[in-house]
Amino acid sequence: MGKRDLKAAQDRWLEGPYREGLRGRGERKKAFATQSGLPIKPVYTPLDLEDIGFDYREDLGFPGQYPFTRGKDATGYRDNFWIFQQYAGFGDAEEANKRYRFLLEKGQTGVSIALDLPTQIGIDSDHPLAEGEVGKVGVAIDSLEDLEILFSGIPLNKPRQISLVANSVALIGLAMFIALAEKQKVSTQDTILRIQNDVLKEFIARGTYMCPPGPSLRMATDVVTYCAENHPNWLPMTICGYHIRESGSTAIQEIAFSLANAMEYMDHVHRKGFAMEKVLPKLSAFMSVNMDFFEEVAKFRALRRLWSTLFAQRYAIQDLSVLNFNLVNFTAGSSLTAQQPMNNIVRVTIECLAGVLGGCQSLFPCSMDEAYCTPSEQAVNVALRTQQIIAHETGVADTIDPLGGSYYVESLTKGIETEVIRYLAEVEQRGGSVKAIEQNYFQEEIAEASYRLQNEIENRERVIVGVNEYREKEETPIEVFKPPRDTAEKQHSKLKRIRENRNNSKVKGLLKEIERVAEGEDNLVPILVEAVKNYATLGEICDVFRKVYGGYEETAF
Amino acid sequence: MERRLRILIAKPGLDGHDRGAKIVARALRDAGMEVIYTGRRQTPEQIVNSALQEDVDAIGLSILSGAHETMFKRVLGVLTERQAGDILVFGGGIIPPDDVAELKRLGIVEIFGPGSSMSEIVRIVQEEIRKRRDS
Repeated sequence: MGKRDLKAAQDRWLEGPYREGLRGRGERKKAFATQSGLPIKPVYTPLDLEDIGFDYREDLGFPGQYPFTRGKDATGYRDNFWIFQQYAGFGDAEEANKRYRFLLEKGQTGVSIALDLPTQIGIDSDHPLAEGEVGKVGVAIDSLEDLEILFSGIPLNKPRQISLVANSVALIGLAMFIALAEKQKVSTQDTILRIQNDVLKEFIARGTYMCPPGPSLRMATDVVTYCAENHPNWLPMTICGYHIRESGSTAIQEIAFSLANAMEYMDHVHRKGFAMEKVLPKLSAFMSVNMDFFEEVAKFRALRRLWSTLFAQRYAIQDLSVLNFNLVNFTAGSSLTAQQPMNNIVRVTIECLAGVLGGCQSLFPCSMDEAYCTPSEQAVNVALRTQQIIAHETGVADTIDPLGGSYYVESLTKGIETEVIRYLAEVEQRGGSVKAIEQNYFQEEIAEASYRLQNEIENRERVIVGVNEYREKEETPIEVFKPPRDTAEKQHSKLKRIRENRNNSKVKGLLKEIERVAEGEDNLVPILVEAVKNYATLGEICDVFRKVYGGYEETAF
Repeated sequence: MERRLRILIAKPGLDGHDRGAKIVARALRDAGMEVIYTGRRQTPEQIVNSALQEDVDAIGLSILSGAHETMFKRVLGVLTERQAGDILVFGGGIIPPDDVAELKRLGIVEIFGPGSSMSEIVRIVQEEIRKRRDS
């Protein structure tokens, strides 16, 4: 059918059967739109592909080929499934070690280390501000000794990947893992460590910052350049859209602001004269999978295409095969409800499916009880089984990018791409990510979007089952997990013992040396490796950074 | 004319997730109250100081990290020490049901978990403040 004939047929259908069908009732909603606000038409046809100037070779290509819309790898999941992961960590290193062994035994293939908040902001467990927080949302790591215990009986080369949620303290995390690999006598070539190390998103969304944005950028890029030169198998930076989304952004803002941050880091590395072809393939992206199914799938496809096309241009990349990244998907904690918590299993399943159809390399499902607590063993097990069921029983992993070519999904992918480019132009005009953060631009945009979404729920324009519709009079209670209560005391005595037994004058000298390097331009990692090997604590090292660079206080809002 | 209600929204402890706190702050403001948001990582002492300085009727605390037991108790404790026990305290965040009961027993007027409606938060805060003023 020619274009004109199709247009005429579509118009006849819209005016005829469609309108007829709605007679009396009208459409179910005043306007149909994705969660990000992109309008949705009743039906999509090849005309929509023509409208967006869709070109197979340019817009899709083949899996594993530029612009990577159809996926990172040429083989998709036909050779191997994505990595089954599970966010885990609480209490002290002994407790968390038990949970890791439990999950590895159940068939989890990666280990993900959640750090508690004192560790994430660079204070020791016995700091007054750490009161009440030690071992709560993650494991407490005060010194290399804690990491040694965390991996006792788990050689670093056993899991397919180890991921570490360290951002402000990524440098110290890296130093500790280098030291641990040496102790375990495992080559860093045989292990994959993925460090989050996206500190800019902490200022935008999650709040575990330590020093001001400028010096934080330097510390983050020191990790990237050091790994590029010394531990080429490790993944030294994961650009995080997840936290941006969880703080209330739209899907479009999530990838736009993440890309803006990625450009800020890479510009910095580029200015230092590093070969971008070496650095770029080691980046990964950590994104949220939310409930708007098709928008989420389209988002991941748009992200891969934007990432490759924008970086190709920005750094005049010759070898286009490097413009790729591991996509790490995490289902949306904020989509879970405290009401009727069993329903969360269904939500997580749908989100996992969108994550897989979006072509992720690792997947983290949330557990059903996360609106109440750190996951219980039972809840975490169901979450792991969820992705095993999707992988083995549904067949969705048997062909690559099965939604590719869908009139709707391709239109949505293009729509998202266009809006993201608009945001990126705005950030560029403001002088880049760091400037935009200092101007509160991202924070305000996100607060606005999050309030809008909340109002839609409040007005029931958006139905959340069990929350604003289909409520139950009585909630069925579920098991609530509580992390052990004695973690802080255990950490306090461990710290006391460490400070008594180590060579304190050596530690003092090393801390002085860190100060000197921090004031200059040299890479900080080598001296940090020395310091952690001698059991300088995380808090002591971070005190040096705070002394040199200053702390950070946000302007409230 | 009755003075506009003044509310302090605060994030005690180290938890940085402030989406809920900001939404509640805005909802209360849209409902005509004067709202002061402290920003993240506030100690109980800092929170009570701001509350006294700003002469607020209520303090809203938000925590998702599990540190609520320690932090909420300490805010109540410092309020009593400073003879400001008449300031109403409400909370929100990720808080297990058993802890909600305990916190309410200690004097937190209400805990709003995920999925709470903004209009309900506004209504309860207004009602509770009026109740205290009248008593």
